[in-house]
Amino acid sequence: MNSTQTTPKITEERIKKYLSQGKRFDGRTPEDFREITIETGISKNAEGSARVKIGKTDVLVGVKMDVSTPYADSSNKGNISVGAELLPTSSPRVEGGPPKFTSIEIARVVDRGIRESKFIDLEKLCIKEGEKVWNVYIDIYSLNDDGNVLDAAGIGAIAALKTAKMPKYDEEKGKVLFGEWTNEKVPLSKNMPISITFYKIGENIIVDPTLEEEDIIETRVTLGITKEGISSMQKGEKESLTVEELNKILDLSESVFNEVFKKIEKHIK
Amino acid sequence: MERKAITPGELIIEGEDYLPGEGTEKRGKEIYALKFGLVEEMNKLVRIIPISGTYQPRRGNVVIGKVENINFNGWIIDIGAPENGFLSLMEVPRYVNKDALEEVMEIGDMVVAKIWNMNKRGIDLSIKSRGFGKIDEGMIIKINPNKVPRVIGKEGSMVSLIKDETGCNITVGQNGIIWIQGETIEKELLAKEAINFITENCFVSGLTEEVKEWFEKKK
Amino acid sequence: MTTIKRPDGRKFDELRKIEAKVGIIPNADGSAMFSFGDTIAIAAVYGPKKMHPQHMQDPEKGTLRCTYNMLSFSVTERARPGQNRRSQEIGKITEWALSPMVLIDKYPNNVVDVHINIIQANASTRCAGINAAAMALAHAGIPMKGLVSSVSIGKLDKQLVVDLCKKEEDWEEGEGATDIPITFTNDGKITHMQLDGKITQKQLKEAIVLGKKACEEIYEIQKKALKDAVEDEEK
Repeated sequence: MNSTQTTPKITEERIKKYLSQGKRFDGRTPEDFREITIETGISKNAEGSARVKIGKTDVLVGVKMDVSTPYADSSNKGNISVGAELLPTSSPRVEGGPPKFTSIEIARVVDRGIRESKFIDLEKLCIKEGEKVWNVYIDIYSLNDDGNVLDAAGIGAIAALKTAKMPKYDEEKGKVLFGEWTNEKVPLSKNMPISITFYKIGENIIVDPTLEEEDIIETRVTLGITKEGISSMQKGEKESLTVEELNKILDLSESVFNEVFKKIEKHIK
Repeated sequence: MERKAITPGELIIEGEDYLPGEGTEKRGKEIYALKFGLVEEMNKLVRIIPISGTYQPRRGNVVIGKVENINFNGWIIDIGAPENGFLSLMEVPRYVNKDALEEVMEIGDMVVAKIWNMNKRGIDLSIKSRGFGKIDEGMIIKINPNKVPRVIGKEGSMVSLIKDETGCNITVGQNGIIWIQGETIEKELLAKEAINFITENCFVSGLTEEVKEWFEKKK
Repeated sequence: MTTIKRPDGRKFDELRKIEAKVGIIPNADGSAMFSFGDTIAIAAVYGPKKMHPQHMQDPEKGTLRCTYNMLSFSVTERARPGQNRRSQEIGKITEWALSPMVLIDKYPNNVVDVHINIIQANASTRCAGINAAAMALAHAGIPMKGLVSSVSIGKLDKQLVVDLCKKEEDWEEGEGATDIPITFTNDGKITHMQLDGKITQKQLKEAIVLGKKACEEIYEIQKKALKDAVEDEEK
């Protein structure tokens, strides 16, 4: 295990001290996100794809679809499946040493955000009730981890979905024509969820930590925020939150949502 | 010879009296590169200056590392090299009781040390001299170890410039780990920014002048 | 012999448009991207570092360890994420393609990890991966005798072609497609070769000659990508 990688205690003390003055090493305020760039259509065989960079954090998300029989308890709805992988390319820690969270948690947090906001219109993904529905697979891969892979993943999923096109489907044969696309977009609702994670360091709440900051967080809360409010929430890591801290997060959530929405909307028209 | 970029397997120069230095190999009369970097030739010795890659420890190097583990007679220190360093309790300036190792340094502490020996068994560290030992306070930053010579400068001129301009104490480990300690966090961050400026402009000639100008603009 | 028309109109010995760049993964010790047309591979190198698990350490010399992974959405029909037998095999042949040139004897108990990911696939993915890996290893400062370059030579019916794309891999006319991925060192030695299909010994010899020439072109591009990285810093 390579421990010169994690933030040293003395730097941790500096970070906390500076935060208590409302400042961060890179000049941001606690509520600022780093620069976000989104490139869509980065993988041509995907129905939709996006590469999201937040600072040096670099995440790829792709959407693939296929057709199968529906689940018995949702015979007129399509299905969503979200997967995530922290690729070993993204950090020397991925194999040895403790990862900050698992791929499974990223997948589940992003899944919850998309599912609970009903962003994907699952009923429109039904081809024939009880017989054939579309399945949407969202796969997330981290290429470089400099903190906050969670939010980059959530943003990437939205960007990939927004730009995804439905594959061609042969009704007669009941088969998907993989590699051929219609001009139809994946049926989405207007309720777009942006995943924003709030992290606690000492007495302070911040968003979008760098890796150096993320190493010393005590706990975090991911909110799936839409224009109408909050559709999903997940608290992670070991320490506890006071009610005041949670209220502070909720107070901040709207303004941070607006900031992030502004930063990404030009990319995902 | 001009300092040009070279890739592994490329022919650098031909001539019997050239000697193959670091990162090169002589095949017959020809000297070939075995590493990616910049070619340098001085007094017929040809070598490659690496511009990327992990830290390669050398005897005599000052390094800054983190205590990864403690065993019965010393501390195992991660210095970012393929091998960990070992600091024996005999290499500490004062007497340390075998049962009191943690009182001197705990797991997670940062320490400035010198590599006094390297052999098959590992890297031996010492903190006996002045200026070495556990780091109590300040900021640690990490840079590409290949850029350390630029940050230090000729006879320490560059790091002295940063020290003067920021009033900070700065210790640069050959392994790319740097300790900054100043009066205020702002001054420490200024030093950090200056170091980042240097590493981003590594190949610029007259860099010292550029850095002086950079500090002027910051005032 | 009727000359076959390639689906994308290329000449029989023409490579697709190649893009190569190093330093694309900031956290890695070395990294590179290499693409043949629509096939895009990214490689990241970490090491030399202590080898884990410990029981795999070699006390006499360093170990080169390669993984190959196709992103689920890199292909038209979603690939189930995770390692399978194909990716494990390709990881191994990539190691063998690179090992003869990688000088890590002086790093006992250490490993140099190479992670290859295919972002977009249009055939020749293992070749793109090997090309990216070679650049990433050099970029990581790993001592090497030289670089390796890889390309797929194909036979469509009876016609030899350089750098197969997917449509050519799936060629069905006549004798169908034969796929020959091959890797050369910069001094002309073969470190990897595979073959799927049907070919005469005579044509195979011709294919190897074509492969060598194509790899020489690829080598120039790999060198340039590495040198450009230095110039980027100099600006």
